[in-house]
Amino acid sequence: MSPVKVFGRAISTNVARVLVCLEEVGADYELVSVDFLAGEQNSPEHVERNPFGKIPALQDGDLVLFESRAIAKYVLRKYRTSEVDLLRESSITEAAMVDMWTEVEAQQYYPALSPVVYECIIFPVMRGIPTDQKVVDESLEKLRKVLGVYEAHLTKNKFLAGDFISFADLNHFPFTFYFMATPYASVFDSYPHVKAWWEGLMSRPSIKKISANMPTKF
Amino acid sequence: MAMKVFGQPMSTNVARVLVCLEEVGAKYEVVPVDFATAEHKSPEHTSRNPFGQVPALQDGDLVLFESRAISRYVLRKNSSELLKEGSLADSARVDVWLEVESHHFDRPMAVIIYQCLVLPVYFGGKTDEKVVEENLETLRKTFQVYEDRLSRSTYLAGDFISLADLSHFPTAYYLLATPHAGMLDEFPRVKAWIDGVLARPAVVKVIEMMKASA
Repeated sequence: MSPVKVFGRAISTNVARVLVCLEEVGADYELVSVDFLAGEQNSPEHVERNPFGKIPALQDGDLVLFESRAIAKYVLRKYRTSEVDLLRESSITEAAMVDMWTEVEAQQYYPALSPVVYECIIFPVMRGIPTDQKVVDESLEKLRKVLGVYEAHLTKNKFLAGDFISFADLNHFPFTFYFMATPYASVFDSYPHVKAWWEGLMSRPSIKKISANMPTKF
Repeated sequence: MAMKVFGQPMSTNVARVLVCLEEVGAKYEVVPVDFATAEHKSPEHTSRNPFGQVPALQDGDLVLFESRAISRYVLRKNSSELLKEGSLADSARVDVWLEVESHHFDRPMAVIIYQCLVLPVYFGGKTDEKVVEENLETLRKTFQVYEDRLSRSTYLAGDFISLADLSHFPTAYYLLATPHAGMLDEFPRVKAWIDGVLARPAVVKVIEMMKASA
């Protein structure tokens, strides 16, 4: 099989989401840079791949995909083996648990945690906009409630979808990684099972490899 | 044994699940969750949905929450063609447009619906027109993408209807009830696509349930 092409940059959270999955399944891939400083994400060529002018996009032969969670699922399906099955689609109940906690990341966790990453890192470093502490404080309050649910769940389950690691767990990596580089990393200390689960994720070879290209100091 | 759906049909997230159940002709029962008495925060309900939201689904021993996950489960269990899981490429396209629905359509629409329909009617509050305008701008950009997409294929994921299209219906139905329904006139293909989805028998049935529970 020829390598799939991922369009984007290694420091991007949503690109990293896809790259981790490619690493987990051991697929051949090529990262094609999209030059944000030159506005390349809005070029007709890139918009043809991602009509919202965002990254990542993926090209596999004639197939072009966008939206990182959809791309990641495609990768995990295409390269699934008996050893690496992160979607569990041959079991309807396991697949449902994976889908459910994948949705939880997108609908509950990400909206609570990502504003802290945007306010503390992305806006100041990339756009010269100062941190809005009110947004940070409101988000941290929401995040604590979400982490409370995760703590209860991870007290009874080794991973989010059950006793097996899945796409649901991996989805949390990119934005949490950057959250840990903000002044608020210690919020996780109050949730020991969540913290242990996070440290387990960070010890995975795929995540070590991809996070090596993501800065922690700004 | 019939599946149980916990929540009111008038909720967009509950309606999303109901339309999937109707599409596959599954036996199910709707069990209301009374927000007025904070039943959604009760220990009984949070044991089904730990975020205290609706819907939740119970199928025998299995309890699920998050409407898009429940929808996939219902469709998969009944081998529905609405997920296209027999095709790697088509199922990926369904996933793409489901993500688009979630991030680029539902997000601004949730704010618009809250500001225009929920806040004034249920909380006696005043619509924040600035917030509405910002989200209408986001929605307009989304519709531009959809208009282009629907010039290339009959439905979002291809020339076949899928969960990606149906997932839009509850929120699209409420858009038509806001003062901003006229925005769709700028996007004729999007308008025709919405009208087509809303005319499906399963959708018509769920809309009746949404009206009855309002």
